[in-house]
Amino acid sequence: MAQARYDEHVLIVGGGGTGGALAHDLALRGLRVTLVERGELTSGTTGRHHGLLHSGGRYAVSDRESATECIEENRILRRICPGTLETNDGLFVAVEEEDLAYLEPFVEGCAACGIPTQRLTGAEALRLEPNLNPAVLAAVRVPDATMDGWRMPLRFFATARHNGAEIRTYTAVEGLLVHDHHVSGAALRDHVTGRCGEVRADVVVNATGPWSERVAAMAGVEVPIRPSPGVLVAVRGRLCNMVLNRLHKSGDGDIIVPQRALSVVGTSSWVVDDPDELGVPEDHVERMYAEGAKLVPAVRDTPMRAAWSAARPLIGARSAGDSGRELSRTFKTFDHRETDGVEGFVTITGGKGTTLRAMAEVCADVVCRKLGIDEPCRTRETVLLPHEAYYRAAA
Amino acid sequence: MSETGTRRLRVHRFKRGDGGAHFDEFVVPAGPRTTVLDALRWIQLHADPSLALRHSCMHASCGTCGVQVDGQEELACVARLGDHRGDPVTVEPLANVPVLTDLVVDMADFFRRFGDRHPVLRASEAVAGAQPPDGLDRFVRLEDCIECGLCLSACPVAATSARYAGPAALSAAQRLLEEPRGADRDDVLAWAGRPEGAWRCHVGMECTRACPADALPAERIMALRRELGGREAGARP
Ligand SMILES: Cc1cc2nc3c(=O)[nH]c(=O)nc-3n(C[C@H](O)[C@H](O)[C@H](O)COP(=O)(O)OP(=O)(O)OC[C@H]3O[C@@H](n4cnc5c(N)ncnc54)[C@H](O)[C@@H]3O)c2cc1C
Ligand code: FES
Repeated sequence: MAQARYDEHVLIVGGGGTGGALAHDLALRGLRVTLVERGELTSGTTGRHHGLLHSGGRYAVSDRESATECIEENRILRRICPGTLETNDGLFVAVEEEDLAYLEPFVEGCAACGIPTQRLTGAEALRLEPNLNPAVLAAVRVPDATMDGWRMPLRFFATARHNGAEIRTYTAVEGLLVHDHHVSGAALRDHVTGRCGEVRADVVVNATGPWSERVAAMAGVEVPIRPSPGVLVAVRGRLCNMVLNRLHKSGDGDIIVPQRALSVVGTSSWVVDDPDELGVPEDHVERMYAEGAKLVPAVRDTPMRAAWSAARPLIGARSAGDSGRELSRTFKTFDHRETDGVEGFVTITGGKGTTLRAMAEVCADVVCRKLGIDEPCRTRETVLLPHEAYYRAAA
Repeated sequence: MSETGTRRLRVHRFKRGDGGAHFDEFVVPAGPRTTVLDALRWIQLHADPSLALRHSCMHASCGTCGVQVDGQEELACVARLGDHRGDPVTVEPLANVPVLTDLVVDMADFFRRFGDRHPVLRASEAVAGAQPPDGLDRFVRLEDCIECGLCLSACPVAATSARYAGPAALSAAQRLLEEPRGADRDDVLAWAGRPEGAWRCHVGMECTRACPADALPAERIMALRRELGGREAGARP
C-alpha cells in the first residue's frame, strides 16, 4: 500500500460515488485520507440510481451546463473504468407526433454540447430494438451506456485504498468538532465494535449527498440541499439492449435501462425533508409501468423484480410545492470559510453519478488550495483497479 | 408500503469486543410488499441505529444484501417478509464467510476463492431479433453473476472445506472457457482441476437453487467437469 507524501489529513464523510472519487483523487495527490461511511459503501443514493451513464442528451435542451459535464465525464469513465460499463449506447425515441417537435431542439442542443448524434427512422430504430413501441416515429442515437452502480464506484474506493486511503464503513459521524468557527475533526460511532471515538483532520469534507444539510448543521452552517426522491421499477427480463429514453422534455418513467437480465424503468421526482424516509408511493410504481409501456409495450406484462426509491441531492433554495425537476442537475462545492466564516469545512454536493470524478476534481482543488498544497489532478488518465481489488487490498 | 400489520423479527447481533453473538427481537410494521430489507432498515431508523447490514442497489443487482432468512439464502432487498412463515422470522448472516458484525460478512473471503481475473462483462446475449448497434468497440453487457455469496453460503461442501473454490468462483472460470477474453484456457482448466476445484462438488444443486440471478452455478460446474474429463480422460476420482 502506498504512503501519503503529505502530512495533511482530510476526513471525508460519506461513502457514495462522490466521496469515493474524492478519496481516490486526494490519495493520488499524496494526501492522508480517511473516509467514513455509516453503512456499506454506496448504500445512500449512489447504489440505488438508475445505472445510466448519461451522454448528456437528457439535459441538452434545458440544462447545457449539466449536459456538457456529462459528455466529458462519459468519455473519461469509458477510459478509466472499462469493464463496469456496458457499451450499449442509447436511443431517444419519438412515439407521439408531439415528440417530433422536440427532435430539432434536441439534436441542436446535443451539437452545442459536443454530444454526437445519429438520426434514425422508426424502422431503423425497430431493427435495433424490436421490442420498441411499433408506433415509433423517429429516434436519435447517443452515447449513453449502462453502468454498474455498485462496482463502478467500488473501483474508485479500491484504487484509493491501494494508494493509502483508509476507508471505514459502518462508521457514522455523530458530530463535528467545532471550536471558534473552526472544524478540526468529527465524533464517530463505529458499528463494527460498538465504540465511540474521534478523528482529527485538517479539513473535513461533507460528501453526504442528500444528507449534506444534516451534516452541515453539525457545524452550524446551512447548505441549500433538497432531497428529491424518485421511484425506480426493475422488471424481470432484458427487454432492450440499448438505453431507451423518450424524446421529449424530461418527465416521469421515460427511461428504460437494461441491467443484466433486468430492465429498469424510471423515474419520478418529488421533494422530501427526511432523506431516510422516502417510501415507494404505489401510484408512482403504476406510473412507471404505464409510461415505460409507451416506450416498450412488453413492460406492461413483465413481472416486477423490485420497486424502490432514492433521493437526489438537488441544489436549490427551499420553496414549497415544486417537484424538483426544475432544479439544475449540476454540482457545487461550498468552502464554508467563504460562505459562513467556518474554517476547515467543505461541502461537495449536487451533481450526478455520471459526474462523480469531475465533482471530486473540483472539490480536491479547493481542499488543496486551502492546505497550500500544489498537486495536479491525475484522475482523468489513471485507469482504476477492478472492483474486487477493494477486497484484495483488505487481505 | 401499505402497513396492514406487524411481524416479529429475530436478528443476529455481534459486535467485535462485545462478547459473543446473540439474537435480538423486534416487532416491525409489515404490509404485503414489505421486504426483509425494508424491515431491517425500519429497525435501524426506529428501534436500533447500531444494527449493521449491507445493502446498495435495492433491486437484486449489486449482490450486497445476502442474508439467511429462516435458514434460507435470500437477497434481503427482494425477499418478501410475507413469503416467510417463521414467527419470529430469523435473520442471520450468510454462512461459510466470516462475520464482521451483526449481519455483515467479510467478502474478502469470498473473492479470495476466485482465480486471478474474473471480468464482469461479456458479449451481449442480444434480445431476440435485435441487431446490436454497430460502430461500438464491442457490444458487451454485464455478467449475470452478482457476486452475492448466496451460492457459497448454501453449499454443503464449502461448509466442510474452507479451501474449496466454491460455486461462484468455479462458474466464473467456466464463463472464461465459454468466452475466453484473452484468458489462457489451459490455465483456467488447471485451476479448476485442482483438488479444491470442480471435482469437490457433490452435485447437491443447492447453489443453483439459491442463485438469485439465474446464473446456474451447478450446471456450470458440471460443464467444467465435462471439459476437464475430456482433457484428462479417466482422471475422474
Ligand atoms: C431515482 C434516481 C435516479 C438516478 N439515476 C441516475 C443515473 O441513472 N445516472 C446518474 O448519473 N445519476 C443518477 N442519479 C443521481 C445520482 O444517483 C446521485 O447524484 C449520486 O449518486 C450522488 O452521490 P453522492 O455520493 O453525492 O451521495 P450518496 O450516494 O447519497 O452518498 C452519501 C453517503 O453519505 C452517507 N452518510 C450520510 N450521513 C452520514 C453520516 N452522518 N456519517 C457517515 N456517513 C453518512 C450515506 O450513507 C451515503 O452513503 C439518480 C438519482 C436518483 C435519486
Ligand atoms: S441491495 Fe443490491 S442486491 Fe439487494
